[in-house]
Amino acid sequence: MQRATLDLWVGIFVVMGLGALLFLALKVGNMTGLESGQTYTVRAEFENIGGLKPRAPVKSAGVVVGRVVEIGFDNQIYEALVTMRLDARYRFPKDTSASIMTSGLLGEQYIALEAGGESSMLAEGDRLKLTQGAVVLENLIGQFLYNKAEDAESKGAEGKGAAD
Amino acid sequence: MSDNLIEIRDLSFAYGERLVLKGINLTARRGQVVAIMGISGGGKTTLLRLIGGALRPTRGLLRVDGVDMSRVDAVGLYRLRRRMGMLFQFGALFTDMSVFDNVAFPLREHTDLPAEMIHDLVLMKLNAVGLRGAHALMPAELSGGMARRVALARAIALEPRLILYDEPFAGLDPISLGVTGNLIRRLTDTLGITSVVVTHDIQESLRMVDYVYFVSEGVIAAEGTPEQLRASREPFVHQFVHGEEDGPVPFHYPAPAYIHDLELRA
Amino acid sequence: MMDMPRAGLRRIGARVINSVWRIGTGTRFFALTLLHSGQSFGRFQLTVREIFSAGVLSLIIILVSGLFVGMVLGLQGYETLQTYGSEEALGVLVSLSLVRELGPVVAALLFASRAGSAITAEIGLMKATEQISAMEMMAVDPIARVVAPRFWGAVISMPLLAALFSAMGIFGGYLVGVVLIGVDEGSFWSQMQAAVDLREDILNGVIKSVVFGVAVTAIALFEGYDAPPTAEGVSRATTRTVVTSSLAILGLDFILTAFMFSGV
Repeated sequence: MQRATLDLWVGIFVVMGLGALLFLALKVGNMTGLESGQTYTVRAEFENIGGLKPRAPVKSAGVVVGRVVEIGFDNQIYEALVTMRLDARYRFPKDTSASIMTSGLLGEQYIALEAGGESSMLAEGDRLKLTQGAVVLENLIGQFLYNKAEDAESKGAEGKGAAD
Repeated sequence: MSDNLIEIRDLSFAYGERLVLKGINLTARRGQVVAIMGISGGGKTTLLRLIGGALRPTRGLLRVDGVDMSRVDAVGLYRLRRRMGMLFQFGALFTDMSVFDNVAFPLREHTDLPAEMIHDLVLMKLNAVGLRGAHALMPAELSGGMARRVALARAIALEPRLILYDEPFAGLDPISLGVTGNLIRRLTDTLGITSVVVTHDIQESLRMVDYVYFVSEGVIAAEGTPEQLRASREPFVHQFVHGEEDGPVPFHYPAPAYIHDLELRA
Repeated sequence: MMDMPRAGLRRIGARVINSVWRIGTGTRFFALTLLHSGQSFGRFQLTVREIFSAGVLSLIIILVSGLFVGMVLGLQGYETLQTYGSEEALGVLVSLSLVRELGPVVAALLFASRAGSAITAEIGLMKATEQISAMEMMAVDPIARVVAPRFWGAVISMPLLAALFSAMGIFGGYLVGVVLIGVDEGSFWSQMQAAVDLREDILNGVIKSVVFGVAVTAIALFEGYDAPPTAEGVSRATTRTVVTSSLAILGLDFILTAFMFSGV
């Protein structure tokens, strides 16, 4: 085989292979947007994060506005410390609340942001004060059973157990 | 510098326990064609591999172009091999390269010559073996004799001082055989090199070589110029030169008595 | 009677010694190849030739197999996902299985039988026809000139082939899922993008294919170089290359998967 044709074919092959890698990275993987764009970091404490994992989406009104970067444990207050990176295009008021939700019954967990009413906006490094931890299914079931049992004991007596 | 390109004194070699060569003495002077002959399995190829540095002597002296082969290191061996060409039994051409690239191979590996100069040199070498017109062919398209001539052109590409030939005549038709024999003689004379030919083609060898060594069972059984050997009365040489079936080299592999093997009972 | 167990033990002993010896020479050979790799990059044209024979010549089989594997994944995945009413996740299923496992593994298996066997046969025949000895006699190191360029050519080709296999497979899944069956195109891609992570999935897949490439090529080269110089020896070495490297791929895949995806 002539050297020129050989070089040509190897060139085609390498370009095709790199193209396939690029296709995997851009079209199949999620390297788009956040990774390269402008972001700012905020933190929030949760009493329980359930099954939240790094890289989980942060959504507001169902739209992905950022991602969880890091999950740590604050040994002073014994709570989970979640660091998330938000897209700089989206600004939220300072009194925005964060809660950990589950997509579907058994789906992945994500952080939902609910905008507050304050006029000053969140900035780099701010802390969200209003948080709602994950609903842990075991606790929920336990509570439900406990209530049932109490109901049966007090036979319709209203008050204490249900109000908790 | 001594006149002997190859000097072998009392050389022994063993594969593990098995002693293959037992005290060989041999010299090859510059400009000579020396043949090493003997029956198959007699240690000829081992001797050639020792000279080429593929094997190390077990005992004795082996000096090639002033280099002591039992003490040479890898660098020294590679340096020596650049002054040495070898023609393998079936040519051993690189099958994935054309004839031209095969001959150019040693030049490209060992020199930084510009492409035009390599081109000219390769065509000169091919011309010397009469195959300038075949430079674009692939080895698969060559006949056995042509392949061997191309390999010869490749072996002389770096203008070596010594060329080793491993059975250069095996499997050639009489015409190619004559051509190859003449070529070895002519190249040796015109380039002033030394040729060591391992062969069992006695007639062709006696026609063109300067000196012959017979190797049998690990020792030099006989030696001499072609004239001396033709006139020799030694039974071994006589058997070999005239191709007789039985003699000092027996027709039968050592075996128990025939009667015993067939379990014949009287 | 006493001979029976003794002969058996002797055979086991011989087997063990032989395989340890082979592992030793194989490792030494591999180290030599790495040490003598200078020429493969200094004269890159040597390596380019081998990228051609290892990569370009494997292109057709990789592309066609990738397409079909992806199409089958699309069909089977759709059947299963449909029962849970989540056929939009088809993109996730196809892409994750390809990028993480099938791409690197199947591409490497195909590579072993296409390029690996060719490397073994070529080097074995070069040895049988004394081309390797001829090179040594010309003071050219066959490891540097013949073995190392083949090694690097194949190692460079392998991740590219695996990526092409995965890309082609995802295209096949898209063809069956979206074009043929009619899964919503938007959710096919968006769910895929949400689930496939660049570092976790794609990069790990690439690492896997590089490791497989090294393993297959090292085995193929060693088997070829170590083959007895006869027709039978070369053919047995070629078979051994395919068998050994297939097992090596699957074993390594398990180890790598355990390291990559089990730790958090």
